[in-house]
Amino acid sequence: MSNPLNRGSRRTLAAALLAGALTTLGLTGCGGSDAAGGTPVPAAAPSASASTGLVVKDPWVKAAKAGTMTAAFAILVNDSATDITVVSAESPASPMELHEMTMQDGKMLMRPKQGGFVIKARSTHELGPGGDHLMLMKPAAAIDAGNEVTFTLKLADGRTVPFTAIAKPFAGAGESYDPGMSMPASGMPMAPMGSAAP
Amino acid sequence: MTPRLSPVSRRRLLAGGAVAGLGAVAAVAATGDPAPVPVAASAPLDTGTATVAFHGPRQAGVAEDPPAHAAFVAFTLAAGTDRRVLARMLRLLSDDAARLTQGVAALGDTDATLAVLPARLTVTFGFGPGLYRAAGLRAPIADLPAFSIDRLERRWSGGDLVLQICADDPLTVAHTQRMLIKDARPFAAVRWVQQGFRRSPGVQAPEHTQRNVLGQLDGTANPRGAEIDPAVWNPDGSTTLVVRRIRAEIEKWDLLAVTDKENATGRRLVSGAPLSGSQEHDEPDFTALDDAGLPRIPDFSHVTRAHVTDPALKILRRPYNYDGVPDAAGHPDAGLIFAAYQRDIARQFVPIQQRLADKDLLNEWITPIGSAVFAVPPGCAEGGWIGERVLT
Repeated sequence: MSNPLNRGSRRTLAAALLAGALTTLGLTGCGGSDAAGGTPVPAAAPSASASTGLVVKDPWVKAAKAGTMTAAFAILVNDSATDITVVSAESPASPMELHEMTMQDGKMLMRPKQGGFVIKARSTHELGPGGDHLMLMKPAAAIDAGNEVTFTLKLADGRTVPFTAIAKPFAGAGESYDPGMSMPASGMPMAPMGSAAP
Repeated sequence: MTPRLSPVSRRRLLAGGAVAGLGAVAAVAATGDPAPVPVAASAPLDTGTATVAFHGPRQAGVAEDPPAHAAFVAFTLAAGTDRRVLARMLRLLSDDAARLTQGVAALGDTDATLAVLPARLTVTFGFGPGLYRAAGLRAPIADLPAFSIDRLERRWSGGDLVLQICADDPLTVAHTQRMLIKDARPFAAVRWVQQGFRRSPGVQAPEHTQRNVLGQLDGTANPRGAEIDPAVWNPDGSTTLVVRRIRAEIEKWDLLAVTDKENATGRRLVSGAPLSGSQEHDEPDFTALDDAGLPRIPDFSHVTRAHVTDPALKILRRPYNYDGVPDAAGHPDAGLIFAAYQRDIARQFVPIQQRLADKDLLNEWITPIGSAVFAVPPGCAEGGWIGERVLT
């Protein structure tokens, strides 16, 4: 689910399109200093790592009660010329797994992502509800809306990328994280690897 | 970061360019014909993309020329809310506002496509007396005293927190309101929402005085330019907000002749000029007499009663009209969301309101039905949150 077109570039595109249209019409000088144009605004500084080339942009985590599975999301930006593989994630808040969503027997199921998340060179990889995500298997304490949770991504080459995500109340993607659904071991709706559903 | 374009986005870009090109051709073809109405293609398309900075020492949404649409959303904090909980709530809402005002979707925004045209969106945070109580702090504001003209309804009054959401596009306001309410939900219940409007962008020159639903120019006496700072902003970047819902008794107003209406307000309806002058911004001369030897501006008129000479005692009116659904008899539910910013409510707002309550002929045709007061804390820097200097 690599998405090479991130939000920032969409905005740039829109601005370019607008500028092009105005040029075509022979109109100039209509944009004030605060008008038209990309003013990207990451409220919290994105967690960058010059050494790894991986930037964690717009991270957030779904607020959850203690002991209830939840997930963290972000846009992973690979600025480097080589592919980067995230092999695992850690957080003091909870044991973690890397998950993907997959269609099986007409139903969306989540399962551990084998081989981790591969972010292609000069590309972005979006972690989001309904897609790849960082799973918090069992938060020790409640993660309340507005809390800040720290995470560390571990890369295949052994390096790490820390980041902090804000917790948001989020109703979507609930079916994926409902521990009430009958599934083995941790009691989550997880597809067993490489075999049919039990 | 060097984003790559996907084939799809390239196609979209080309298609967009082609459409713009056709528009240009059409515009060229149309020249020569005297077009009675300006064609849309000739208008700069910057209304939607224009932004107002969110971060800074003062909050946005106060001194700027007001955008066309507004929603005032007031909340009641959940029982047991303390300072730490408030910090969580305000960190979250500030992050949403910082992104949305710049045309960037909020984190977890389920309708991100609605975030891309901010249209001068601002989100201004106001703290009611109850928020300070919850935080265990002394409130810098207090509820207004009761005025004899008030017919206040609970459903339009009070509030622990208010978010003033303004933009030049109503869909942008709607999406922002939705997103902020969703993220406030773990902390607070919606107490009231007041939605209002002014003239749309491009309809009149910027910085015009707005006309209310009674046809009056509203805000002529506002502090302007260098007058704004001493009237509105405290040295720490804070200010205060009064929101009054003023019902217009339009059916009764309709019974008046123009002269009666002008005597009630003390201003000409068309120009907004005081009855002693000829231009909107002429200083009212309350000593001017007419041929009969009577004051040109009656002493019961609105402008006489509301007039303030000391610039430091002026208030910044930032009103929005509302127009609800008429009843079965065709009587309108319309009026004014009267939002006023000033340094100090007790020193600036209350004396004016008291004089109006005591003797303002306009009271015959307007009724205050809602009232709320808020402290507007300073703005915040990037990475910070509104209220951090108050609550930490």
